[in-house]
Amino acid sequence: MSRYIPNTHTDIQEMLEKIGVSSIEDLFVDIPKEVRVNGNLDLPEPMWEAQLLAHMEGLADKNETIKQNTCFLGAGAYDHHIPSVVGHIVSRSEFYTSYTPYQPEVSQGTLQAMFEYQTMICELTGMHAANASMYDGATALAEAAKMACTVKSKDRILISKAVHPQSRKVLETYARFNGIDVVEFGYRDGQVAMDEVEQMLSEDTAAVIVQMPNFFGIVEELDELGELIHKKGALFIVSVDPISLSLLKPPAEYGADIVVGEGQSLGNPLNFGGPYVGFFATTKKLTRRMPGRIIGETMDEDGRRGYVLTLQTREQHIRREKATSNICSNQSLNALTAAVYMAVMGKEGLSEVGDLCLQKAHYAYDKLLQLDGVEPMFNAPFFKEFVVKVDRPVSELNRHLLSSDIIGGYDLGRDYPELEGGWLVAVTEKRTKEEIDMLAEKVGELL
Amino acid sequence: MKNRPLIFELGKKGRRAYSLPQCDVPRRNTKELLGENIIREEGPDLPEVSELDVVRHYTNLSKLNYSVDTQFYPLGSCTMKYNPKINEDVARLDGFTSVHPYQPEDTVQGALELLYAMDGMLSEITGMDRVSLQPAAGAHGELTGLMIIKAYHENRGEGHRHKIIVPDSAHGTNPASAMMVGYDVVEVKSDDRGCVDIDTLRDIVDNNVAGLMLTNPNTLGLFEEHIHEISQIIHDAGGLLYYDGANLNAIMGMARPGDMGFDVVHLNIHKTFSTPHGGGGPGSGPVGVKQDLIPFLPVPMVEKEDNRYYFDYDRPLSIGKVKSFYGNFNVLVKAYAYILSMGAKGLKEASQNAVLNANYLASMLKKYYELPYDRYCMHEFVLSAQPQKEKGVSAMDIAKGLIDYGFHPPTVYFPMIVREALMIEPTETESKETLDRFIEAMIELAKMADEDPDKIKGAPHKAPMKRLDETRAARHPVLKWERDS
Repeated sequence: MSRYIPNTHTDIQEMLEKIGVSSIEDLFVDIPKEVRVNGNLDLPEPMWEAQLLAHMEGLADKNETIKQNTCFLGAGAYDHHIPSVVGHIVSRSEFYTSYTPYQPEVSQGTLQAMFEYQTMICELTGMHAANASMYDGATALAEAAKMACTVKSKDRILISKAVHPQSRKVLETYARFNGIDVVEFGYRDGQVAMDEVEQMLSEDTAAVIVQMPNFFGIVEELDELGELIHKKGALFIVSVDPISLSLLKPPAEYGADIVVGEGQSLGNPLNFGGPYVGFFATTKKLTRRMPGRIIGETMDEDGRRGYVLTLQTREQHIRREKATSNICSNQSLNALTAAVYMAVMGKEGLSEVGDLCLQKAHYAYDKLLQLDGVEPMFNAPFFKEFVVKVDRPVSELNRHLLSSDIIGGYDLGRDYPELEGGWLVAVTEKRTKEEIDMLAEKVGELL
Repeated sequence: MKNRPLIFELGKKGRRAYSLPQCDVPRRNTKELLGENIIREEGPDLPEVSELDVVRHYTNLSKLNYSVDTQFYPLGSCTMKYNPKINEDVARLDGFTSVHPYQPEDTVQGALELLYAMDGMLSEITGMDRVSLQPAAGAHGELTGLMIIKAYHENRGEGHRHKIIVPDSAHGTNPASAMMVGYDVVEVKSDDRGCVDIDTLRDIVDNNVAGLMLTNPNTLGLFEEHIHEISQIIHDAGGLLYYDGANLNAIMGMARPGDMGFDVVHLNIHKTFSTPHGGGGPGSGPVGVKQDLIPFLPVPMVEKEDNRYYFDYDRPLSIGKVKSFYGNFNVLVKAYAYILSMGAKGLKEASQNAVLNANYLASMLKKYYELPYDRYCMHEFVLSAQPQKEKGVSAMDIAKGLIDYGFHPPTVYFPMIVREALMIEPTETESKETLDRFIEAMIELAKMADEDPDKIKGAPHKAPMKRLDETRAARHPVLKWERDS
């Protein structure tokens, strides 16, 4: 028997006797013969522990990593430093082997940590309330659009083309099956084309969605946009990079009604795309319309402060088809990761990370622009990521860099045919001047 | 007694837990780089604590949780089985954690090989033809599966089908997911054996039916004996059969949804395939389909050609993307390792012992609580505390009472068709000794309900906290900490 199954032969006999059957097979009597599996499933032979480890190491070794290479690739997933403490805390099995805190008396660890997480998200975004996580930034954005349509009883969403292509694709899928009409507006010099928004914004628009900084790394000017959206009675949804909020104004200040984002940057490993964590925050007025789990403060019978899952009448297990969302399991451990990361970085640390990204990204930008064959694509302020136009195919450039152990930037032509040759380069606090100089040198070799 | 401090209440200006490099490039003025208007006046008010403050705070918080590693956790429908440690080790390999999702395909062949192999193994286990690994959780799998069903009907010119049938015993996510793809939900009642009432089903079904969502075994832990008939009724009407895989742990290697007539299945990797529940996620909810539905699966799918793996985005009928990138990859790494550890025989033994353990508990407890459907169960069963309720002790009281015995409570008040429901799922990873201790506790609580009901109503007495006032929390929501509050 597997080491994960403790029943011995004697245990099994004793239990069968108490149940009053002669074999385990008798317990499966309700499964009709014609749907029973004959023999064994066709799966690989079981591996013992050392063999499994060797096999998994073999697979892992077939992947290039950001540890063997210097990573200038971002585009929504970033190589920020993860403090050692983070991994230690989230590896505590009291956290990772528990489930959704339905029984608050024995789940205060998770509940309080999530309450603190919600507080931190509100602090970053300036919003009134945050939920306890969504699957990722893209689904958080799609659910925000859906929530806006429900709140406004309208079914038209405007979204900027400078929002992450994956988020727009996920939104498109959710919208198609919800009868939501999604219309994209363009960008000019990398920023929201205000006149297009103005033209497209109509009385039947439920919400307008922008990303900040946008997919090109560019910092948008949003004060005016917020006013315009509200004048037309629509909601303003902003998708943000949480690290940028150490330097940039909280979206509440420019009128956001719903703020979502990808929380991977906050201490979560790249993990080939997941698990990450979506955050979701909104205004006081819309709090009860939010999807997802929400933790609230209360008291126990002794008058001590404690935490519980709250506002549950929004949720599927109570409201079924009338729920605000179908979400059940979320990304709790990744939200915990984000919370521990923010606790470690603190007020000063997060601002320093933001500042280091900003400085280094600008150094890299200037350095690259000194090369022949590299030109600016846009002329707008950016945070930790920027676009340059290179006069060779981006895939060729990236191949060349990889041979020098550098993972190059994102090929914008993949999603924006009009930006062919656009190379989206991310520079986090981890990149050194030396690495950036090397990047420029290697790019120079090819161009 | 003093309140436990929040991390914000521990801080002190000037204290730090972080380590960062000096800026090694020439510094430029922030306002000039970003523009005056967009700069934040003051940084976010995050904690200012030392590294030890952080470690001690969260370590102490963790100790307030019940968890599988510390307690028996028979939470029905959640399959709280042991989460093997080797799976955590392998998932932490750099080659899995430190890989960027946009790296060129040639640099991620190991990751793609793993995804491709998972697709194949999960297809074999469920009897389906292809599996998408993109959905992030069970409910997300439901959403994806229903989108596939809708796209399939629309493609056949049958977009008028607007009804999804769900049993009255279904998980709340089923109707909620159906709503999220714009379907109307029609409920079918259960018969007196706890299964779908076939006659009612016949009455409900018409040519507006898009599909039926079924958990099998169902949430009562009972196998839908008439699955063939159900399948025929739905398919004859042109509908599709959807399998909610929440309870797959009962039947691995014994029966396959694909052979029962299901067209679409979702799996809960964090239940059946032993990956940790993480205090509420991350999970993973792959969706498997039969041949006819493959074109509608989300993009991308991983394909193989001449020993090279690649992403296939060229799928014109695909529903599109339901999540960034390729799913909760690192969760799938753990599940992959689990399947390789267990093999076909091990998975079958897991299901057999899960069923044995549940039946043992049910047979020992039915004298003390009501067992509304007195049949052999599968991997879980539902008791009713109605006899206790009549003496003033509710299912919730029993649940809280169990905490004092060091057990996590079962799922309570679900499924809704059983009054005072206690839904118990022991899983195969618990020993007979643990089950016997649980039985003893349940019997003592039943006796206490007879003799000293007030004692249970005050429970838990030994938990980190007494009962919490959930009404107060909902009525006057306090959803974040505020300085000076």
